[in-house]
Amino acid sequence: MTEENALSLHDAPTRQMNMIEAINDALDIMMGRDPDIVILGEDVGYFGGVFRATAGLQKKYGRNRVFDSPINECGIVGAAVGMAAYGLRPVPEIQFADYIYPGLDQLVSEAARMRYRSAGEFTSPITIRSPFGGGIFGGQTHSQSPEALFTHVAGLKTVIPATPHDAKGLLIAAIEDNDPVIFFEPKRIYNGPFDGYYDKPSRTWKGHPGGLVPEGYYKTPLGKARIVREGSAMTVVSYGTMIHVAEAVLAEKGIDAEIIDLRTLVPLDMATVEKSVEKTGKCLVIHEATRTSGFGAELVTLVQERCFYHLEAPVERVTGFDTPYPHSLEWAYFPGPVRIGEAVDRLMKE
Amino acid sequence: MAENTAPEPGKARGNLPPLELYVPEPRYRPGDVVDYSHLPVPPAGQLARPDENCPASETWPMTTDMIRVLDEEDRAVGPWNPGLDADTLRRMLRTMALTRAFDDRMYRGQRQGKTSFYMKCTGEEAISVAHAHALAHDDMVFPTYRQQGILISRGYPLVEMVNQIYSNRADKLKGRQLPVMYSAKDYGFFTISGNLATQYPQAVGWAMASAIKGDTRIASAFVGEGSSAEGDFHAAMTFAAVYNAPVVLNVVNNQWAISSFSGFAGAERTTFAARAAGYGIAGLRVDGNDALAVYAASRWAADRARANQGPTLIEHFTYRAEGHSTSDDPSAYRSAQEREEWPLGDPIMRLKKHLIALGEWSEEQQEAMDRDLVEQVKIATKEAEKNGVLGHGLHHPFHTMFEDVFEELPWHLEEQAAQAIRERQSKWPEWKGESA
Repeated sequence: MTEENALSLHDAPTRQMNMIEAINDALDIMMGRDPDIVILGEDVGYFGGVFRATAGLQKKYGRNRVFDSPINECGIVGAAVGMAAYGLRPVPEIQFADYIYPGLDQLVSEAARMRYRSAGEFTSPITIRSPFGGGIFGGQTHSQSPEALFTHVAGLKTVIPATPHDAKGLLIAAIEDNDPVIFFEPKRIYNGPFDGYYDKPSRTWKGHPGGLVPEGYYKTPLGKARIVREGSAMTVVSYGTMIHVAEAVLAEKGIDAEIIDLRTLVPLDMATVEKSVEKTGKCLVIHEATRTSGFGAELVTLVQERCFYHLEAPVERVTGFDTPYPHSLEWAYFPGPVRIGEAVDRLMKE
Repeated sequence: MAENTAPEPGKARGNLPPLELYVPEPRYRPGDVVDYSHLPVPPAGQLARPDENCPASETWPMTTDMIRVLDEEDRAVGPWNPGLDADTLRRMLRTMALTRAFDDRMYRGQRQGKTSFYMKCTGEEAISVAHAHALAHDDMVFPTYRQQGILISRGYPLVEMVNQIYSNRADKLKGRQLPVMYSAKDYGFFTISGNLATQYPQAVGWAMASAIKGDTRIASAFVGEGSSAEGDFHAAMTFAAVYNAPVVLNVVNNQWAISSFSGFAGAERTTFAARAAGYGIAGLRVDGNDALAVYAASRWAADRARANQGPTLIEHFTYRAEGHSTSDDPSAYRSAQEREEWPLGDPIMRLKKHLIALGEWSEEQQEAMDRDLVEQVKIATKEAEKNGVLGHGLHHPFHTMFEDVFEELPWHLEEQAAQAIRERQSKWPEWKGESA
C-alpha cells in the first residue's frame, strides 16, 4: 500500500484548491514543521511571487526565512547549495523555467554531484520550484519545458504534478527528499485543467477530483506513477498539462485507453508503464517539450527495450515542434487534440 | 545628408578611424628578459589600518595600494603588524614548509606514475596557511584546488590526503574525485569543485545560513584571479553585499590562469580588490608572499564579518611559481625569469628571515625542520601506498561507483551496477571481487 492510499489520508477532510493554493499550502505546512526550510527567489517575499505561490509566507515566517533575491539565478541556486551544505533545506523559486539557465552550472555541476563527489559528506537537499510550459501566450521566454535537460543529469530528480492534489503531496515529498529536486509546475493548469481546446472557455479546478486537496500534511511519494484511468486499448504515458489534453482526446474518441501520469520523471516508475503496455500492447508517449532528445525519446526506448514482445504497433510519440515557443502561433506549436488524435488513430489502425 | 549605407569595414567613417579590437598580451614570453620596474611595490608598514567596523568606503584606498608588513630588513612594521608570538610564527613557518614538502613529494609521485594529476601551490603557501591561522578552526572554507595549506594548517592527516591523491581503497572520497579535490567537513573544508568559482556563491549562501541561524561561524571563499571573470563571482559579490553576509571573499592573484595572464581577467584596468568598491563592500589588497600581512588582512576581515559588519574582498597578490598542474608546462608561454625576478620574494624565506631577525630561529633549525618534514611526508606516503596507488587494482568496490548519486539507489542504477560487475567478470573470469 502506498502512503498516499493510506486510510488516514482518505479520511482526511479535503478542501477545493487550485494548484497555486495547493503549492502555497504545502510550503506553509512544511515551513511550520521544519525551521530549516527557507524560501528565496525573485519577488517571492513581500509580494508573494508573480504567481502568488509564496503569498503570505514572509508575513507568517519572517524575512529571515522567506526573502527576495537579486535577479541572478546562478546566485539563487549557488547560495541555496551553500545553505544546504550548512544544513538548511532551501526551496528556491526560479520565476520561470525559461530563466533557469544561468543557474544550470550550479545545478548540474554542483547540487547534482554534491553527495557523490564528497562521498556523502555534503548533500544538496534543495527543491527548485519553477513554473514551466506554455499555453498562456508567454512567448519563447515564458513557455519552455526544459525537463529533459535535467533528467539527463545524474543526481537530479525531476518532478511534475498534474493536479493540485499531487502538487501538494509531491512538493512535500520533494522538500523532505535529501537529494536535489527540480519541481516543475505546469502553469497552464495552475487555475484549472486544460483539455487542449484553447478556443473554448477555460475551466477551474472546481469539480475536478484532482482539485480536492486533503488538509494538513501528506506525501505523494516520488517515483510512483498515477494511473489516471484504467483501460485496455492503449497505454498513454505523459505528465503535467498533457495528461488533461490526452484524457479529453481519448474520451472524445471513445477509446478505452489506460492513461499514466508519471508524476516523477527521475526516478521513473517504469514498472507501472511496463505492466500497462504488457496489457494493452500499444503505447503513446506525449509531452509538450520539443521533440528531439526529449524525455519521450527515453520513454519510447525503454518501452521498446522492455516491452517489445508485447507491442502490437510501433510506439507513438507526440510532442511540441523543434522550434522556439512562438508567441502568435502558440497553438500551432502546442501538441493539441489534432496532433494527439492523429497518433491515436494510427495506433488504433494496427 | 546622412548616408544610407555604413562605410565598408576597414574604412574610415568621416574623420573617425575604423574600430580596433584590443587583445591583451603579457609583457614577457619565453626567453624574454624580465623587468618588474613597472610593478609598484610600496614600502612595508605605510598603509593605515582602519577599524574593523569602519564603513566599507574607508578601505577603498587599500584596494589599489598593497598591505605589507615585512620590510626589506625582515622586520614586521606598521599598523598592520599582527604582533604574533614566536610560537605562532614558527608554527606558521613549519606548516608552510610542510605544505611545500608535501607538494614536492606528490609532484614526484605523479611523475612516477602513482597518480594521474597533481597541483602544487609553490610560492602561495603564505596565503592559505596564514589565512587559516586567522580564522576560527570551525569557520567553513570554500577553497580552490590550491589551498591545501588550509587543510594542512587544520591538522588534516597527510595520509588521508595521499589516499585521495592515489584514489586508493582507503580514499574517503571512494576514488571519485580528481586528485587534490579534497573534502573534509569535520575540518571546515568544503568539497572542492573542478568547475571554477562555483564555490563563491555557495560560500555566501553558507554564510547567509549561518546568519539566519544566529550562529557565530563565518565562511571564507577562494578563487583565482582568472576565474574572478566567471559570473559566479558577480553573483557572490552581489549576494554578499545585498545580505551583508558574514563571509571573506579571497582572490588569489597569482598572475597566471594556466597560460592566460591576469590581463584576461581585467588586471590591466584595475586591481581585483578594487572591485569591492562597485559593490560597496570592504576591500583589501595584500602582499600574498608576506605571511604577516596575509594574517593581518584575513584577521581584519574575519573579525569584521563576525561582528556583523559584512563581507570583505581580499586580493592576495602573489606569483604562481610552478605550472598550473602536472599537465602544464609554463615554459611554453611565459618567461622563466618571471619567477626568479618576482619582486615580492618567496613567502617561506621571508618568514624564516623574520624569525631569524627576531632571534627566534636559525638556519640550522630551518635545515633540521626541512629534513624532519621530508621524513614526515615520506612516512605518510608509504603508509598510504599500502592502500594502493592509482590503477593498481586496490580501488573501491565497483558497486560504490553507483552509490551516492542519490541517497537511495533507484532501479536503473541497480541494473547498471549489475552490468558493470558482469562486464568485469566477463573480462576477468577468475575475479572474485563482487557478484552481479
